Amino acid sequence: MNASAQYTLYHPKWYRRHVSVWWWLKTWSYTKFVLRELTSVSVAYFAVVALWQVRSLACCAEAYTRFLRLMESPFFLAINLIALIFVLFHALTWFHLAPRAMVFRLGSRRLPDKLVVGMNYIAWIVLSALIAWIMLRG
Amino acid sequence: MQSTLMLTVMRYRPEQEAEPTFQTFEVPYRKDWVVLDALNHIKDNLDGSLSYRWSCRMGVCGSCGMMVNGEPKLTCAAFLSENLPGPIRVEPLRYFPIVRDLVVELSDFLRKLKKVKPWIIREEEKPLSEGEYSQTPEQMELYKQFSMCINCMLCYAACPVYGLEPSFIGPAAIALAQRYNKDNRDQGAEERLEICSEHDGIWQCTFVGECTKACPKGVDPAGAIQQYKLVGAMAWFKSWLLPWGER
Repeated sequence: MNASAQYTLYHPKWYRRHVSVWWWLKTWSYTKFVLRELTSVSVAYFAVVALWQVRSLACCAEAYTRFLRLMESPFFLAINLIALIFVLFHALTWFHLAPRAMVFRLGSRRLPDKLVVGMNYIAWIVLSALIAWIMLRG
Repeated sequence: MQSTLMLTVMRYRPEQEAEPTFQTFEVPYRKDWVVLDALNHIKDNLDGSLSYRWSCRMGVCGSCGMMVNGEPKLTCAAFLSENLPGPIRVEPLRYFPIVRDLVVELSDFLRKLKKVKPWIIREEEKPLSEGEYSQTPEQMELYKQFSMCINCMLCYAACPVYGLEPSFIGPAAIALAQRYNKDNRDQGAEERLEICSEHDGIWQCTFVGECTKACPKGVDPAGAIQQYKLVGAMAWFKSWLLPWGER
């Protein structure tokens, strides 16, 4: 008998497994979940950039030109492109999870999941078109 | 077609070893055999000391849940043919303490299940003379899905939140709380919400969604928890907006 076992008859000795810090790398679905959570950092990043833009706009014309110049630099173009990809991943994964969190009923029938996901896409397209129209009309 | 298959089974014999080990057995391969059949073959013919739980063999009792090749499965429904050419790795359900070999300790789950009061609560029972509590098929449809839970705990073994925070009430217990909340004969939703919105309740869930994928009965515990969060948030908002009124 192994000396470290310390087993006494009729007294169960449970074995507890340790959860590794790298648990989220063990299956792709866990990794995808952690990616979805981590991509929220990109959402925060764009919020900060928007606040920065408003601040420079409120300050003066030079500050705003400086902000635009900075955003045109290859560094920020690259960062923004990566952040945009992450934000899209974040938003689209949540669109597809929406029907699980919110159940819509029409009378006694539950609306099909695809319709709920579709409504998210439609809202996204409509809002994007509206913003594009405001930005590009003049 | 292959005639045998290797099964690598986790062993933990607390009187012999301090940590689990793996033991490989060669079992006959039959097209209609499930992992549980292979375990029974080992128990009957190769090593009678192998310990595991099972009962009905037909996905009803919820006793034979184990990790099959790293995925939580009912071994009575996991066909050998789905895991060819092998070997198949069989381990006890993840995140639970191991009692012996493939047997895990259940009392934590049973305590949590009781905590959410999974039974019909009435403020006042109506007298028998008034007859039964009636329910339309539409009213039953609202909770039927959640009532399919067989307490097999595969959802706990799929949930990394439960692994990291063992105090989390967990998917099945919350889904069963929802089963009664959505029952028109029940009046205990408020009581359950108080329990389920505590620190170890619904807000611990980060919506990994693996519990729903693991469920062998088509229950959607992840959905149940997210819908419950919405109910919890609305109740909080109402109590904040109308502090003098009843929730």
